[in-house]
Amino acid sequence: MFKKDATPGAKSKVKSSAQRAIRAKVLEEYPKLEPYIEEIMPKKEQLDLVKLPDRVSLYTLNNHPLFFQHMDDSFLPHLTLVHKYPSCFNRLRIDRGAIRFVLSGATLMVPGLTSAGGRLPDDDEDEEGIYGGGEDGMEELEAGTPVVIEAEGKENACFVGVLKMGTEEMKKVRKGQACEAGHYLGDGLWTLNLG
Amino acid sequence: MAEASGSSGTYPKKVVYCGVCSLPPEYCEFGGTVKKCEDWLKEHYPKMHALLYSQEAIEQNMSSLSLEAQKRADKDSQKKAAKAASAEAKAQELRATSKIMIKRIERNKRKYVTAVQGLEAFGLDIKKVAKDFGKKFATGSSVTKIPGGGEEITVQGDLSDDILDYITDTYPDVPEDNIECIEDKKKKVAA
Ligand SMILES: [Zn+2]
Repeated sequence: MFKKDATPGAKSKVKSSAQRAIRAKVLEEYPKLEPYIEEIMPKKEQLDLVKLPDRVSLYTLNNHPLFFQHMDDSFLPHLTLVHKYPSCFNRLRIDRGAIRFVLSGATLMVPGLTSAGGRLPDDDEDEEGIYGGGEDGMEELEAGTPVVIEAEGKENACFVGVLKMGTEEMKKVRKGQACEAGHYLGDGLWTLNLG
Repeated sequence: MAEASGSSGTYPKKVVYCGVCSLPPEYCEFGGTVKKCEDWLKEHYPKMHALLYSQEAIEQNMSSLSLEAQKRADKDSQKKAAKAASAEAKAQELRATSKIMIKRIERNKRKYVTAVQGLEAFGLDIKKVAKDFGKKFATGSSVTKIPGGGEEITVQGDLSDDILDYITDTYPDVPEDNIECIEDKKKKVAA
């Protein structure tokens, strides 16, 4: 989504009614953010909307990016936000070999998740139960769900996007594209200069 | 690197970002500036450096890849490093050989405009510079395309010397020798 360097377009203030709606939508999509939402988007502070190329809207607070949205799709968290609150999102993990492809903007492929180093929901090797959906991180995730992708041997996530294939199906077919184009470390959204 | 699993109270997690490539340092190895990144980390976060660049860590990273994948990875990172180095060398050369041209153009008898070309070779954002000129000199300043590619800034008024001073003051990276002031009296038609 942000393979090219982007320059931020017009910035405008978000009306407080719209701000409330965004907050509600974010919580609906990411209920585990509830305990932190007030420190992420304080009710009394002003959110800004920055227009980005290809009809992407980026919401920022004091020039710090929080969430972005392509047209009317789901709100997706900026990776810096994911790094601050990692367990509040549905997470999967790719193997080490897939990292360099994801970081160069290639589509995330299913084998990167189904291989030994990858993690899908309810994986026996995932002792802490951190990968997958639901409270315990065991639930399968359906196509269309926003996910955060972590990487084998790394602490911080490297990708945010929307699943193109459900995790149950991935385990069966073990090939194909796993995610729609999203936001990865080092992409145009990551390097965006918000001043 | 054990996962600090989501015990609340520790949030927001503090994450260090590399001062060279901007990624979390554990991802520096995938960029083209690993050497610089490593030096930066060693200087600013020696503990994290020891952890990430230990022999053990490197071996562990390698062991999780098949031999063939490892070869591919090596090749890829060498390529990336070479690419980054050559891009930087090119940019440097371009900067050394490029010229900014400030041209005084006579519009009507005593009316002048000043055109400035070649700023892009020094990595300057032409639109922004044009805006700054307008503010600084309180005059009209616009960006126009020039034939043969590229863009120039046109400023209303005879401001060659002021612009020269302004550029050298504001952008110390631009050597003064690389800026040229010329006059263009195109109204002088052969009688
Ligand atoms: Zn780095």
